[in-house]
Amino acid sequence: MSVTLLEIDNLSVDYETARGDLKALRNISFDVNKGEIVGIVGESGCGKSTLISAILRLIAPNTRFRSGEVRFKGEDLLTRSESEMRGLRGGDISIVFQDPMQTHNPVIAIGKQMTDIQHRSNATKAEKLATAAKMLGAVGIPDPELRLGQYPHEFSGGMRQRIAIAMALMSEPDLLIADEPTTALDATLEVQIIERLKDLQRDLGCAVLFISHHLGVIAELCDRVVVMYAGAVVESGTVREIFHNPKHPYTRRLIECDPGHIKERARILPTIPGEVPDLANLPDGCIFRDRCDQAMDRCAQVPPLARLSEGHNAACWLNHAEEVA
Amino acid sequence: MADITTDAPAKSRSELSIILAGVVRDPLGLLGLIIVGAIVFSAIFAAWIVPYNPIAMNIPDRMQGPSWNHLLGTDQLGRDTFSRVIMGGQVALKVALPAIFGAMAIGLTLGMIAGYGPKWLDNLLMLLFDTIRSFPTVMFALAVVALVGPSLQTVVFVVMATSIPTYGRVARTQTLTLRNSEFILAERAMGASVARILGVHMLPNIIGVLAVLAAMDIPTVIALEAGLSFLGLGVKPPTPSWGVLLKDGYALIRQTPWLVVAGGLPIILATLGFTFLGESLRDVVDPKLRKNR
Amino acid sequence: MLQFTLKRFALAALILVVAVTVMFLMIRAVPGDPVSIMLGPRATPELKARLISEMGLDRSIPEQLMLYFGGLLRGDLGVDVFSGREVTTIVFEQLPHTLRLIFSAILWSAVLGIGLGCYAAAHPNTWIDRVAATLSVSFIAAPAFVVALLSLLLFAVHLQWFPAIGVGDGFWDTAWHLVLPSFAIGLSWVGYIARLVRASMLEVMGESHIRTARAFGLSERRIIGIYALRIAILPVVTVIGVGMGFLLSSAVFTEIVFARPGLGKLVIDSITTRNYPIVMGAVLVSTALFVISTAIADLINAILDPRARSGT
Repeated sequence: MSVTLLEIDNLSVDYETARGDLKALRNISFDVNKGEIVGIVGESGCGKSTLISAILRLIAPNTRFRSGEVRFKGEDLLTRSESEMRGLRGGDISIVFQDPMQTHNPVIAIGKQMTDIQHRSNATKAEKLATAAKMLGAVGIPDPELRLGQYPHEFSGGMRQRIAIAMALMSEPDLLIADEPTTALDATLEVQIIERLKDLQRDLGCAVLFISHHLGVIAELCDRVVVMYAGAVVESGTVREIFHNPKHPYTRRLIECDPGHIKERARILPTIPGEVPDLANLPDGCIFRDRCDQAMDRCAQVPPLARLSEGHNAACWLNHAEEVA
Repeated sequence: MADITTDAPAKSRSELSIILAGVVRDPLGLLGLIIVGAIVFSAIFAAWIVPYNPIAMNIPDRMQGPSWNHLLGTDQLGRDTFSRVIMGGQVALKVALPAIFGAMAIGLTLGMIAGYGPKWLDNLLMLLFDTIRSFPTVMFALAVVALVGPSLQTVVFVVMATSIPTYGRVARTQTLTLRNSEFILAERAMGASVARILGVHMLPNIIGVLAVLAAMDIPTVIALEAGLSFLGLGVKPPTPSWGVLLKDGYALIRQTPWLVVAGGLPIILATLGFTFLGESLRDVVDPKLRKNR
Repeated sequence: MLQFTLKRFALAALILVVAVTVMFLMIRAVPGDPVSIMLGPRATPELKARLISEMGLDRSIPEQLMLYFGGLLRGDLGVDVFSGREVTTIVFEQLPHTLRLIFSAILWSAVLGIGLGCYAAAHPNTWIDRVAATLSVSFIAAPAFVVALLSLLLFAVHLQWFPAIGVGDGFWDTAWHLVLPSFAIGLSWVGYIARLVRASMLEVMGESHIRTARAFGLSERRIIGIYALRIAILPVVTVIGVGMGFLLSSAVFTEIVFARPGLGKLVIDSITTRNYPIVMGAVLVSTALFVISTAIADLINAILDPRARSGT
C-alpha cells in the first residue's frame, strides 16, 4: 500500500507567447506522502502558480505540457478528462488561495456558497448547512449559524481566510494545497491561522502542499521543503536538513536574507543581488549562476537534482566536488 | 482564464503617431477613419463638389427618381438631392463641432472647479448636472424649441446644454483622482498656484479622456440635429440638412422614397464612421479597457 | 435596505424639485410676456386673467415658485388652451401608449442582448464574437429614428409586411403594430446591452472568486449562469434605468414616424399649435418618469448586490 499521495515526475510546462515560449517549469520532480506537510519555497516567478494550476488543471489557454506526469494516487492527472478533474477539485484535492478579499463570490451568501461546493454529497440542504456551520465553528468563526446568511464583505480579511480554509477542508480532502494563505494577512493573524491549520490537519490527517515565501512559517509547519527557483527545483529535503544544512547557494542565501533569521543589527539588510532570469530567454547552464557568489566554470552545465542523502536532493555542482575529473 | 504573458520592452515614438498607428491597425478604426475623412473632406469642399446648387428650385424636374443626371433624384421642389446630401454634411458638422467644443470647454471648466474646489460647490454643481441629465434629451430640446423657436442656434444651444453634464462629470472625476496623486501633492508642496495646477498639470491629463468622449459624442449630436430637423424644429428652410431630407421624404414617402434613403444613409454612415473611429481611439488611448477584447 | 430606499427616493425627490425649478426659471427667462409664452398666442383674455391670478404673476418670483409647486403637488399641471381640459388628464391619457412601446422595446432587446452577450463572453475572440461585436457597435451607432424611417420604408411601405401607422385594435393586432416601432427603438439597445454583458461577463470571469468556484469543481453552467451572471447583470440594470431617458427620446421620434399616439405625438402637435401648457406638462411628466426609473434601477441594483446597500 503506497504511502505516496502526489508524485510530480519530471514535469515541464511552457506558456506559448508572442515573445516565444516561457519555460515556466523545467523537469520538476518531488513527492508528497499521505498526511505529510510539504512546503514550497520560492520568489515570484519561481513557478509556484504554474505548479498549482498544473495539479488542478485550471490552466490558461496558452499552457503547454511538454513532458512529465502528475500522479495522484498512482494515476497521471494529465491524462484525465475535464469532468474527472472536476470531480477531484474540491473533493480529494482542495485549495486555499492567497487573497481572502477576492476569493468569495461577493453577491452570494456564505452559507449558499458552502452548500454549493458540497455538490458531490447526497445530503439534504439542511444537513449541508449543518456541516457548513460545524466547519465554520472548527475554524474559529463565532456564531456560525448566524454567519451563514451573511455576505463576504461583512467579514474581515482574517475571517474570510478562515472561511476559505473551512470550505477547503469540508470535503475532507486527501490533499490540501495552500497557496500563500497568510501572505495577505498581518503577523498576528498569520500565527492564529497557522495554528488552526495545524490542528485541523492533525485531526483530518490530510496532506498539505504549503506554498509560501515566509521561511518562519515553513519551518514551523512543514515536514519537508521543496525550494524552487525560476521554474526549477534547486533543493528538497526535510525541514531540518534544509534549514540546518542547506546544500544549494540559493537556499543558503534565502535563509541568510530572511528577516527572521537576522541576528545582528545591520545598516543594510542582506539581499540576493541581480534579478530573476527571463523565462523566455533562459541562460545556459545552472539557472542560479548569474546571481551565485560561488559560481564556477562547471556551472555552464545544468547541474542534476542529485540525491545527497535519504530525502535530501540538491542541484548544485558544489556537492559534486569529488567527481571533478 | 486569460493567456499568461510578460511585457516586452517599450519603444519610443511620438504620441500621435502611436495613436494613429493603433487606429489604422484596427480594421473598424481604419474604416471609421476613412468614412470620417470623406465626410470632413466633402463638408469642407462642399461648395466645390456639389453638381447643382443645393437650394436652387427647379420645378419642372421635381420628384424624379435617381438617374445619371441626378444621382439621388430630386425632391418635391426640383432640388438635386445629391447636392443637398453633400451640403447636409457641412450643416451637420457646423452644428456638431461648435456644440461639442463648447460643451467640452464649459464642462471641463465646471468639472475641474467641482473636483478641485470646496465640497459645497462640488455638491451644488453635481446636483445641477444630475438635474440636467434627468431631462430626457429630446424632451428638453423640444421644451427649449417651444419657448425660443426653432433655428440652428437653438439646436446648438440645446446640444451644448445637454452635453455639458457628461463632460463635467468626467472632468470632475479625473480631477478628484488627480488631486490626490503624488505629483500634484508635490506641486502644492512647492507652492504652485491653483491656476497653475489646474491649467498646466491637470488639464493635459483630463483633455485626453474628454477628447475621446467627444469623438464618441459626435454621432449623438449629429443624430439630435437630424432628428430635430426631421420634426421641422431644427434648421430653417431652405438650409439642407439630412434631417430635412428625411422630413421631405417622409411627407411624400410613397412618391419620393429615395429621399428617405438619401437622408437616412448619410446619417447612418456618419454615425457609424464616427463611432468606429471613436471606439478605436478609446481602445488605443486607454489600454485598460482593452483587456476584455 | 430600508434606509437605502429612503435615501434614494429622497435624492430623486430633490432632483425633481430642482428640475421643476429649472423648468420654471427657463420659462421665466425667455424674454417677453410670460403669460403669452406660457399660453401661446391663442389664449383668450379670460384664460390669461385666470393664469395671472393662479400663478400669482403679479407677485414676486419666489412666491410664484411656491404657488407652482403647490399646484404640482395637487396634480395641477395647468390647462389646455383649446379644450380647457386639465393637462394632467391629457398627458396621462397618452402616457400608457408610450410606456407600452418603451417596455416592449426593453423586453426584447434585454432578452436578446443578454443572451448574445453571454454567448459572446463564453466564446471570446471567435469569428462569431467579432461579427457580433461589429454588429453591436453598428446598432448602437445608428439613430433610432433613422432606423424607424428606413424600416418603415422597407417593411411597411415597400414589402408591406407590417402596418405603417397606428396602434391597432385588440391584443394581436396591437402586438403586430408594435413590431416595427419597438424594433426600431430596441435595435441600438440590443447592441448596447450585448456589449455591456459581454464586457461585464469577461471581467467577472477573470476575477478570483470564479477561479475559486472552478477550484471546487462547480459545473460550468452554474459558474456562468449564476456565479458570474449575478454580478455581470448589475451594470445592465443600471443602464436600463438610465436608458429610460434615451428610450423616451427615441419613442418620441418613433411615434411620429409610425403615427402612433403617445407623449411624443402629443408634444410635437402641441408645439405646432403653440399649446405650451401641454408641452411643459408632458416634459415634466417624462422627466419625473426618468427620475423614478433611475431610482428604481438603483433599488433593484441594491437588491441584487448586497455590497451596494452599505454604500450611498
